[in-house]
Amino acid sequence: MSATVVHSLWTTTAADGITKIPAPNIEYAQLSPVLIVLGAAVLGILAEAFVPRRGRYHTQLFLSVVALAAGFAAVVGLAAGGYGTTKKHIAAMGAIAVDGPALFLQGTILLASIVAVFTFAERKLDPEAHGNRVDSFVAQAAAVPGSDTEKAAVKAGFTTTEVFPLALFAVAGMLVFPAANDLLTLFIALEVFSLPLYLLCALARRKRLMSQEAAVKYFLLGAFSSAFLLFGIALLYGYAGSVSYAQIAEVVNGTVQNVDPALAETMGNDALLLIGGAMVLMGLLFKVGAVPFHMWTPDVYQGAPTPVTGFMAAATKVAAFGALLRLLYVVLPGLRWDWRPVMWGVVIVTMLGGAIVAITQTDIKRLLAYSSIAHAGFILAGVIAGTSDGISSVLFYLAAYSFVTIGAFAVVTLVRDAGGEATHLSKWAGLGRRSPLVAAVFAVFLLAFAGIPLTSGFSGKFAVFKAAADGGAGVLVVIGVIASAIAAFFYIRVIVLMFFSEPKPEGPTVAVPSALTTTAIAVGIAVTLVLGVAPQYFLDLAGQAGGFVR
Amino acid sequence: MENLIALLIAAPLLGAAVLLCGGRRLDRVGHWLGTLLAAASFVIGVVLFGDMLGKSGEGRSLHQHLFSWIPVEGFQADVAFQLDQLSMTFVLLITGVGTLIHIYSIGYMEHDERRRRFFGYLNLFLAAMLLLVLADNYLLLYMGWEGVGLASYLLIGFWQHKPSAATAAKKAFLVNRVGDMGLSIAIMLMFTTFGTFAFGPVLSSTGDATEGKLTAIGLMLLLAACGKSAQVPLQSWLGDAMEGPTPVSALIHAATMVTAGVYLITRSGAIFNAAPDAQLVVVVVGAVTLLFGAIVGCAKDDIKKALAGSTMSQIGYMILAAGLGPIGYVFAIMHLVTHGFFKAGLFLGAGSVMHGMNDEVDMRKYGGLRKYMPVTFVTFGLGYLAIIGFPGLSGFFSKDKIIEAAFAKGGTEGWILGAVTLLGAAITAFYMTRVMLLTFFGEKRWQPDDNGHEPHPHESPKSMTIPMVILAFGSVFAGGFFSIGDRFLHWLEPVTGHSHGNPPVSATTVTTATVVVLVIGVAIAWFMYGRKPVPVAAPRGSLLTRAARRDLLQDDFNHVVLVRGGEHLTRSLVYVDHTLVDGVVNGTAASFGGLSGRLRKLQNGYARTYAVSMFGGTAVLIAATLLMRAV
Repeated sequence: MSATVVHSLWTTTAADGITKIPAPNIEYAQLSPVLIVLGAAVLGILAEAFVPRRGRYHTQLFLSVVALAAGFAAVVGLAAGGYGTTKKHIAAMGAIAVDGPALFLQGTILLASIVAVFTFAERKLDPEAHGNRVDSFVAQAAAVPGSDTEKAAVKAGFTTTEVFPLALFAVAGMLVFPAANDLLTLFIALEVFSLPLYLLCALARRKRLMSQEAAVKYFLLGAFSSAFLLFGIALLYGYAGSVSYAQIAEVVNGTVQNVDPALAETMGNDALLLIGGAMVLMGLLFKVGAVPFHMWTPDVYQGAPTPVTGFMAAATKVAAFGALLRLLYVVLPGLRWDWRPVMWGVVIVTMLGGAIVAITQTDIKRLLAYSSIAHAGFILAGVIAGTSDGISSVLFYLAAYSFVTIGAFAVVTLVRDAGGEATHLSKWAGLGRRSPLVAAVFAVFLLAFAGIPLTSGFSGKFAVFKAAADGGAGVLVVIGVIASAIAAFFYIRVIVLMFFSEPKPEGPTVAVPSALTTTAIAVGIAVTLVLGVAPQYFLDLAGQAGGFVR
Repeated sequence: MENLIALLIAAPLLGAAVLLCGGRRLDRVGHWLGTLLAAASFVIGVVLFGDMLGKSGEGRSLHQHLFSWIPVEGFQADVAFQLDQLSMTFVLLITGVGTLIHIYSIGYMEHDERRRRFFGYLNLFLAAMLLLVLADNYLLLYMGWEGVGLASYLLIGFWQHKPSAATAAKKAFLVNRVGDMGLSIAIMLMFTTFGTFAFGPVLSSTGDATEGKLTAIGLMLLLAACGKSAQVPLQSWLGDAMEGPTPVSALIHAATMVTAGVYLITRSGAIFNAAPDAQLVVVVVGAVTLLFGAIVGCAKDDIKKALAGSTMSQIGYMILAAGLGPIGYVFAIMHLVTHGFFKAGLFLGAGSVMHGMNDEVDMRKYGGLRKYMPVTFVTFGLGYLAIIGFPGLSGFFSKDKIIEAAFAKGGTEGWILGAVTLLGAAITAFYMTRVMLLTFFGEKRWQPDDNGHEPHPHESPKSMTIPMVILAFGSVFAGGFFSIGDRFLHWLEPVTGHSHGNPPVSATTVTTATVVVLVIGVAIAWFMYGRKPVPVAAPRGSLLTRAARRDLLQDDFNHVVLVRGGEHLTRSLVYVDHTLVDGVVNGTAASFGGLSGRLRKLQNGYARTYAVSMFGGTAVLIAATLLMRAV
């Protein structure tokens, strides 16, 4: 469907009668991962409406896990069918790309989501309330915190099982986000996964006000950034006369064939391109949490229910970096000399800013939030390498990082005192003496964050830094290593705190989790060690997935 | 035939492995096993020697390539052996004297509960020493060099329960490290200069290198030799090394290991021949040590330390000879071999005396022992006559040749060196006569020890006396056997080369002079120690005597200059580390912490602030992008 047809539709209504809009050609099989997850989400909503309250938890958990697993199977099937390499193409009338990076990232998101859903479903950490088992989520979201309604809801044993379909909707959006091949699809995917996340952030069972504050902040700032993104999209449309990635790239490269005379006047106006491009970039940098668009991160990470934080920190980052990669490698490669210096600046302040501010944090969740900002900087260093090695190193890093993150936040949910999770660092003192296993597991995750060899953090960091250095960004690598050194300080400090400080008498206890959280943590450890000790197979896999369809 | 070479080393190495890993169940047979394997190595050596004699002079060198050790592009290190006349001489000396000393040790160490371990170390030493002299390249030689250093360390400190022994072992090890550094630097220089460190290519292409480089290599090799052979300025460890069991002193610190430096210089003759400056330094070191050791030997009352001073002095002769170049190489090695016989014999005699005297080492508490220990007296006496150069005995021939060669150096140098070697001969005669008189002549001076045990001097068992007798034969006849018809010269000449030089005085004159100074030395000693009774307590003595008793203040010098200096350096480095380095590190950490604290305040919790940050960020992003396009 070309712009010409649309144009004539508006101007010659009477003359031709109604021109039929051709039915879009949709490759359902190739979109099956997204469709499965979306379908399950809809089913989940129906379950909320029709399944009795007692049965909802199990129904939802079953539905979510099965849907995510089926989605992953579909991704594997597509990859095995060569859609990642030889048969990569753009499906759904140019809207969604099916290629190596998209499939790799979708697989990562789906796997990480399964693990995250396990932590969502954990119901053994808190003591039972009125004989009902409770999870991390509020009994009734609409009840005012501290009100009688809330107490009644708790007493009645309500649970917010809507979190599962919400998570599924978010996952579906995330699956589309890195695969989106035009700006409108990109925007829609962004909103599809953002809105459920805003809601999920507000649903903490404890410290509800903080949770709601986090959600409102996230929503406001998210809306603000969406506005920028949307405005950027408009400017890019003005520049290229299209929202399709391929077409914008053609105009940028000056290889465009058929120019619509009505658009010829504004087409190719570089001011539109540069301003629009910068604004779209900003929208994506907001999602990955790059400085100076990062300020929501600590507040939201701290306020959101910890399982949601883990999910966001892992899956959102994967999706957003995927979209960023595609934008920079498919749409804007012709502008490399314009965006690279600017991105250099962003990378430097992100790496250093995240690492430096983390030093003085006293809350473990905020600490991990700043750590995620620093990591965003490291990944960005790989993103701007501008080579296929850069792509594959980023893919690998994202896979490695997401499992470490979910695992780490899952451990955070275990350390509890009377007020719920004991997130203040002072309470973690001497944890290694009381619960050596949990502390050791957390230490492994911290070492992986710090990038110590034999953990996935080292393999990933090595890959992105190598790609960046080969891509001519040696200075960035030096700064990245310095930032890593700074970051190592606060990771190791937590380890020292856990193992070499005296436990406090009224310190927190470590809850014994059910098999769900145990599995999540075990998977995190396993992936961390496997990718650290024997990363080659996965590096190869990411290397094969390193080509975008154009 | 050449396949036997590896077996020479393998036999004692096997012994070391079995004895050291075998545990207590080998305690009862360990010493026999060790001795047997040493003897096996000697037998293989003799077989190879017989084979070598059957060949003509030039074709006698055997070569065995065992395996590639470090095969790297442009860096080839092989485990390969070279057995020529020079190596053969050492093999026979090492395995022969080594086997005798193994036998001797069976008796000497009979009451030591760690005897098995002792024999394991001795075997380890033999293997390392054989590796040293059989290696066909400097890297493998270095391995042997370190191996003998290790064995020496283990054996000096064998009685580790004595703090003095442990300290002496550590001292020997540390001083030797200095020399070892020299050898490793020399090997590196060789590699950069010649691209290899195999004997053949290096020694045949000295013409390709500049004299400066060769001098540097030569000096580094000399440093190595000084460490191993206890030459000035790295001589300080040898006296303390006498803390080890006496067989060790005989084998390692008299007959074999300490002569490794002479081997190294002789083996590297081509390098020194092309670097006269390095040669001059070698000669100076030899001359200085020759006198140094002799003077120290005069003042010591400890029989083993007196002999240690003598060893140092005799090796000084060898180093001096080796430094003379082709005039001296053969005589250096010849003196080395004869010295191996008589000095090992003297040490074994000293051990025998100590064995009978409750391990007393102070010669002032001996006296008149000739009646109690006739065999020891005779063998020790023959060794004594050999070392002072009594006409007709071994030392006479070999030392006389070195003195001749020193004069033959020519010019003022020749006269000075000749005078020094003659003076050394006189002092040797003096201090050895002193040892002889104090130990075996005069009245008995021993007294009950603190526990009231009076020593009952007695002759040692057969296992100890037989080796002494055999070595005494060597001390008497070896020199004559080597010299008559210039046998040794013809044997070694194909390897080391030889030239006669231009002696300014005739050989007869030199020999006469040697005999004259010998008589003078003996006479003075008799005048001082034989004519009148010797006091049990040492007299205060002259300034020189007191200095010599303290090893001519070598330890004081090392302590003040090196130890204190090192301590000061360490302290100042620690200070720099604490203030400057830690200051920078802690300062950096503190500044990042401060920065963190200030940046943290930006995160004030207000969504409006965050929005402003995003807005500002976007503005900067856009502006920067546009700016990039503009420039």
